[in-house]
Amino acid sequence: MSYLKPLPEADEDSAPFWQGCREHDLRLQYCPDCDRHQFPPGPNCQTCRSKGMEWVSVSGKGKVYSWIVVTHPVPREVYGDDVPYIVALIDLAEGARMASNLLACAPQDVVADMAVEVIFDDVTEDVTLAKFKPV
Amino acid sequence: MYSLRDKYAIVGIGFTDFSSRSGRTVQELATTACLNAANDAGLEVGEVDGLISYTFNDSVPATAVAMGLGISEARYAVDFQAGGNAANLIVQSAAAAIEAGLAKNVLCYRAMNGRSGFRLGGGREFVARGVTQHTAPYGWISYPQAMAMWCRRHMINYGTTSEQMAEVALTCRENAVLNDRAQMRTPMTLDDHQNSRMIVDPLRLYDICLESDGACAVLVTSAEAAKDLKHNPVYVMGAAYGGGDQQGEDLFDAIRWPEHSCNYSKFIADDLWTSAGVGPADVDVAEIYDCFTYSVLMQLEGFGFCKEGEAGEYIQGGRIRRDGALPINTHGGLLSEAYIHGLNHVIEAVDQLRGNAGVRQIKNAEIALTTAGAMTCGSALVLRN
Repeated sequence: MSYLKPLPEADEDSAPFWQGCREHDLRLQYCPDCDRHQFPPGPNCQTCRSKGMEWVSVSGKGKVYSWIVVTHPVPREVYGDDVPYIVALIDLAEGARMASNLLACAPQDVVADMAVEVIFDDVTEDVTLAKFKPV
Repeated sequence: MYSLRDKYAIVGIGFTDFSSRSGRTVQELATTACLNAANDAGLEVGEVDGLISYTFNDSVPATAVAMGLGISEARYAVDFQAGGNAANLIVQSAAAAIEAGLAKNVLCYRAMNGRSGFRLGGGREFVARGVTQHTAPYGWISYPQAMAMWCRRHMINYGTTSEQMAEVALTCRENAVLNDRAQMRTPMTLDDHQNSRMIVDPLRLYDICLESDGACAVLVTSAEAAKDLKHNPVYVMGAAYGGGDQQGEDLFDAIRWPEHSCNYSKFIADDLWTSAGVGPADVDVAEIYDCFTYSVLMQLEGFGFCKEGEAGEYIQGGRIRRDGALPINTHGGLLSEAYIHGLNHVIEAVDQLRGNAGVRQIKNAEIALTTAGAMTCGSALVLRN
C-alpha cells in the first residue's frame, strides 16, 4: 500500500538530519561557539549567526514538554485509521525541542515531563522518521 | 513604539453578510465592504488613496480592490503576508502611512471565502517542506492541532480546565444571539460545550472558531479630517505589534517558542498601554481574538488583566459577560459571529464606541481594546470615542 502521509522534503539545511534518521542516528546542529544545539536546522546559528555549525549525534533521550491527541483526522482518508494519535513537543536532553509522535503509549497515560527516547520508523524505503516512546 | 496617540481615527466601517457560502467572488466581497466603509464615513471613495490588507489563505490584493473601486491614485496599496495577527497591525500601519505623507485616507480590509473557498481550518497545503518538514510528517497539520499544543501547556502549568474555557464560548454565544450579523445565534449551555466532540484533545468543537465567507473594512484618516465626516471619530489611542523572541518561520511554527503557556500578548502589552496612556483597568469593552477559547485566557493574562495562570478563574462569575466588569466579544467573536480574521472585532469596537451597537450596546463604553493573534506574533489597538 502506498504511503499517503506528507513526506519530508529535505533541503540544504536539513539534509544531514534526514540522512541521520535513515541511519537510525538522531543528529542535530551544534554551535561550538555558543555550546548550543539547534533544531529545526538552519543556515546558521540563530544566536551568534555562526556559519560554523557542526552536525553531532545526540542521545535521543528527552521529556514531554506538551502534547495533543488528534481525534478528528485531517484529512480522514489519510489519518482515519490512525486516530487517536499523539503529537508531542519533546525537549531533548541536549537542549533543543522537536515535534514528533509519541508511540507505545495510550493517550490517557501521557503526562508532562514524561521521560521518552527516540525510535526510528522507516516509513518508506527512502524516508525514516524519528519518533519517541516512553522510557 | 507607536507615538501617534489620538492623531488618527477610524471614521467608517463596512462589511458584507457573513455566511458559509457567499456565492460571490472575494473581489466582490472586498469592494463591497470597502465601499460600505467609505459610504459610512460620508467620504467619496475616490478620495481614498491607500488600501491595506493581509493575506494568508483567501484574499484579493489591495491593488485589485483599488482598481475595482475606480481609485486612480492609490499611493499606498500594500498586502501583509499574515493571518489574523495583522488585523490591528493594518490600522496601525494606516496611521503610520498617513503620518508619513504616503496617503490621506486609507481603507483597511479583510475579505475571504474562508469556508466555501480556501479553508484554513481543514489543514494546510498537504506537503512537508520548509518548516513543515518538521511538523507535517507526524500528522501535525491543521490549526486546531497547532493551537491545542499551546492550550495543553497552559493546562500543565496552571491547571486550566475545559470547563473554564467553556465560559469564553458561552459568553461569545450569548452575545451573538443579540447580533443579527452573527452566524451562530442558537443559545449554548455548558453541557453543549462539554458534550461537543473532541477534535484534538484538549480542544472540543466549541473551543474552535467558525470558518466564514465575508469581508470587513475600516476607513482611517487624520483626526483633523475626521471632524468633517459623518460620525464621531473613533481615535486610535495606542497600538502595538510583535511578539517575543523565536517567532518562527511562519504562523504555525512555534517549535522554538520558549514557553507555550503565554503568547505574543505578554510581549507587546507594555508598548500598547504606554502608547495609549491608559491601562487594563480603563478598558470598558474588550474584543479579544478568539480563534480558540483558550487564546482569550492567554491574552487576558498577557495584556495584564490578571496574573499569568489566573485567567481560568478570572473569567468566571460573569466578569466577561455583557453586564460584567469586562465585557468581551460583544458581537460574538470569531467563535460565534464570524471568522473574518479579527477585523470584525474592530468593527464591533467602533460600533460600541459610537454608541451604535443597539441591543448589544455596553453602557458608557468610552475605551475599547481590540486584539489580534494567538501565537507568537500579534497586534492590538486601544480605541476611544
